[in-house]
Amino acid sequence: MAKIDFELPKLGPNLEIPVLQPDAMLGAGPFVAKPDHQEKLGFPGELVDDWQQVAIDKLGELVNKSRGLKVFLDSCVKCGACTDKCHYFIGTGDPKNMPVARQDLLRSVYRRYFTFAGKHFPKLVGARDLTEEVLDEWYNYFHQCSQCRRCSVFCPYGIDTAEISMAARDIMDAVGKGQKYCNEIIGKVHKIGNNLGLPEPALINTLEGLEEDIKDETGVDVRLPVDVQGAEVMLVTPSADFFAEPHVDGLIGYAKVFHQAGISWTLSSYASEAANFGMFIGNYENMRKVSLRIRQAALDLGVKRIVFGECGHAWRVAYSFLNTLAGPFDFLDQRYPVPQHICEFTNDLITRGALHLDPSANDDKVVTFHDSCNVARASRMGDQPGGQFEIPRAVIRASVNRFVDMADETIRDRTFCCGGGGGLLTDDLLELRAKGAMPRMQALKQVIDDHGVTHMAAICAICKSQFSKVLPMYGMQMDMIISVHQLVGDAIQLGTKE
Amino acid sequence: MSPTSILFAIAFYLAATVLVAGLLYRVVDYARTPAPLKIPTTPAPTTRTGVVLRMSHEVLLFSSLFRANKWIWLFGFAFHVALAVVLARHLRYFTEPVWWPVALIQPIGIYAGLAMVGALAMLWLRRFVVPRVRYISAPSDHLWLLLLILIGASGLAMKFVTHTDVIAVKAFFLGLLYFDWQPLPTDPLLLLHLILVLALMIGFPFSKLLHAPGIFFSPTRNQVDDPRERRHLAPWAAELEKR
Repeated sequence: MAKIDFELPKLGPNLEIPVLQPDAMLGAGPFVAKPDHQEKLGFPGELVDDWQQVAIDKLGELVNKSRGLKVFLDSCVKCGACTDKCHYFIGTGDPKNMPVARQDLLRSVYRRYFTFAGKHFPKLVGARDLTEEVLDEWYNYFHQCSQCRRCSVFCPYGIDTAEISMAARDIMDAVGKGQKYCNEIIGKVHKIGNNLGLPEPALINTLEGLEEDIKDETGVDVRLPVDVQGAEVMLVTPSADFFAEPHVDGLIGYAKVFHQAGISWTLSSYASEAANFGMFIGNYENMRKVSLRIRQAALDLGVKRIVFGECGHAWRVAYSFLNTLAGPFDFLDQRYPVPQHICEFTNDLITRGALHLDPSANDDKVVTFHDSCNVARASRMGDQPGGQFEIPRAVIRASVNRFVDMADETIRDRTFCCGGGGGLLTDDLLELRAKGAMPRMQALKQVIDDHGVTHMAAICAICKSQFSKVLPMYGMQMDMIISVHQLVGDAIQLGTKE
Repeated sequence: MSPTSILFAIAFYLAATVLVAGLLYRVVDYARTPAPLKIPTTPAPTTRTGVVLRMSHEVLLFSSLFRANKWIWLFGFAFHVALAVVLARHLRYFTEPVWWPVALIQPIGIYAGLAMVGALAMLWLRRFVVPRVRYISAPSDHLWLLLLILIGASGLAMKFVTHTDVIAVKAFFLGLLYFDWQPLPTDPLLLLHLILVLALMIGFPFSKLLHAPGIFFSPTRNQVDDPRERRHLAPWAAELEKR
């Protein structure tokens, strides 16, 4: 376990609104991207000389390219509805982690340079010059937003802080002050095809190893195919699924589902990543470039369907943006939604009776479900609004006998982010991640105490990695966090349907 | 015609022009700015009709605010409803004969005025006593509330303290409408009330009061959740595809 040199918030019986602690999270922010990371993405290597002008011009460009950003910057009345909604505020007490205060870091500069009132009466409307201190503040606090959109649910105008922090990050990239974690990863995707930088031979090797593991455990030949021409389905999954617990157990679960359903499928070594960190840095071009790999892979392999594995923001990009960024997908089978989520896919098979699941295989578990923020508030599954809540739960209920939900105000569209989303899943932000996880940890602790919950299932690689890290800090078991498709994989009775 | 009457007549024409032109400019600008991606806060309606329903809930009932914070909702909602009634009541100064629904709400209008000032006072109080809200309040946030309270209070004072010649006031405003200028009574309370209203009209398009048109253009609330079914592409993004 990582060394902790900060004080964790206590888990009480109720979630309390913290007392304001100004500058509690003041700091230099995460590691800054090196010139090499920046340039691979088309950004200047380091802070450009006339960065103020470049930043202001970029802000002007962005507000004219995005109606949402413009309306959000103009419309806030400072009512305070969002002030207690951010998990980072609840966990840290730093007032700049209140969504409206975070927005104001950018809004104050927007007002100064783009509005009549801010140009002529800056003090009156809280407008500020863009100084080096402001830039540093942006860097620090816009990397304390996981773009989870919880605040946007409660805003009377739907102002989405995620959009504002994305814009701020795009501006910072444009002046040469990007974040190392995200930009290094996006560079790897552009070059190799996945966040881990796992090349094709290593990928094939890993998958062969997993096939052997499944064979050893079940005696059945379940395949994990790569680059199979003409397969029915191309599965795009976060590369974490190839790499570590608890992710791989989810991947094994997908493989078992495909196996029993008898649907031919393949992974792609070219598009071996579902995640799209281009969204985190708010950069349309990079997000598009990453998405186009998926289109290209689907064309090259001649598949008929695209299915996405368990990954939160990847599903947001896939569901909400992929058609825009890399469509139209008229070359795929139009009888199925493009793309489909693995939970939609599995749930359809369950509904049709194509899978033999024995939930008693999971009788050693009492399971709860963590709604991942990007799935919950920025996407859908199935054809009904809210399918993103019902379908994963239906899949879990078909696979386990004992399922319990956490408190209502912490699930579905009011779910709390795991604390590691939005490009913050890096150890240089560990204190923030640990404190931001507090609201979820609190709700989890409650169902552990009240209902004997033993496991929390999730459908997001970031959530799974983050919880593996922070659960022990809060005195809970690291392996409590599991993939939804691990439950499916454990319940599936191989050799009975195929 | 006194110089005061002429001054106020001109000021009202100017303020009305600023208000209407300013808002038109904003609305046209919002409408013309593309929304590059589908970003409705989900669960979101999957049809246009559904979006109209969602938006109606937001605009008429402040449904998101209700989920967020019951106190802000109570005071905010009370203020806006009261303001709507008060504005409707004031239509009697601009219509001849007075429309029957306007005549009907005249008695309620007084209570609405009291409720409006009360709700505003509570909203203002929050800016002092709730530390989170105090932290996010700029001077302008206080001043808008003060302005609205003073408008309400000066209006109520003309009802409860010293009456003005409402017949003449009506003649003045009808005169503005029909370009047949009439003198305006010059009691200080009335002039104060009108000056504050002028300030509100002029400030509206340059301030956070833009939330009124803004909400209708908010993509998290007005977009249909159908990205898989319909390809959404902004014109500038379409340009990227030609490269």
